[in-house]
Amino acid sequence: MVEAVNIVLLGLLVITAVAAIRLHDLFAVVMMFGIYSLLAATVFVVLDAVDVAFTEAAVGVGISTILMLTTLGLVGRWERRPVHRPFLPLLVVVVTGAALIYGTLDMPHFGDPDAPVHQHVAPRYLEQSPDEIGIPNVVTGVLASYRGYDTLGELTVIFTAGVGVLALLGIRRRRQDEATRER
Amino acid sequence: MNVFGLYNYWIVIFLMMTGFYVVISSGNLVKKIVGLSLFQASVFILYISLGKITGGTVPILREGITLYSNPLPHVLILTAIVVGVSTTALGLALVVRIKEAYDTVEEDEIHQQDESL
Repeated sequence: MVEAVNIVLLGLLVITAVAAIRLHDLFAVVMMFGIYSLLAATVFVVLDAVDVAFTEAAVGVGISTILMLTTLGLVGRWERRPVHRPFLPLLVVVVTGAALIYGTLDMPHFGDPDAPVHQHVAPRYLEQSPDEIGIPNVVTGVLASYRGYDTLGELTVIFTAGVGVLALLGIRRRRQDEATRER
Repeated sequence: MNVFGLYNYWIVIFLMMTGFYVVISSGNLVKKIVGLSLFQASVFILYISLGKITGGTVPILREGITLYSNPLPHVLILTAIVVGVSTTALGLALVVRIKEAYDTVEEDEIHQQDESL
């Protein structure tokens, strides 16, 4: 049952992604991206990743889409039709895709409990975290405690990106305002 | 289930390649960033697919449940989603800045203006 739902949702993802390629109205492209993220969040629920699902639904669907729409409001809604032919990009994409599919052929199958990824630290987290950290949600325990430095690094990235956005847009705007006022 | 054993990975690769195609074939910078985000979201699906165990459940500990899905990919992807949004924001800020400087967000028009300088 879970597998059937999974297969249908992934099919819908393919349809939205192809639609995003074919559209030239950027507003519609951004909406397709929003639908894509929401479908991805639904896939995460089906695959037992509830924490990831609500982060994706809030941050991926909400904030990303709003940022993209704000940008469209500033740069204009329509994409110019491409002048060159799509053969070369298509060739590059097909070759890359074929190489990646070749790489999956000896991967452990989907849902396989004996896959190497499930043998290393994950069982330890599941067994020890109730005693060591004492909260039932293992994902939160790993995120905030075992891999706390990852989260600290993440905050550094967010801070840097925030400083970057302010440097690109915020400070310069204020100077322009002052310049117009002086005039 | 053997027929569909690699189905998730192949769909993810197809989705990655649609994102990649948008990035390299489209001349519009906003659409390129949408393509990057599509690529990114498909990588998230790949990681979460790797963490799923058939018959397993959400990794929140409860009485009477023995098999949980792997929590480690979930943690990595939680971090990646937030980092992804902050890089998208930075990319879009660059696009807005390019629009102010060149008055266009089409790649070839920007190249033309650079050459005519």
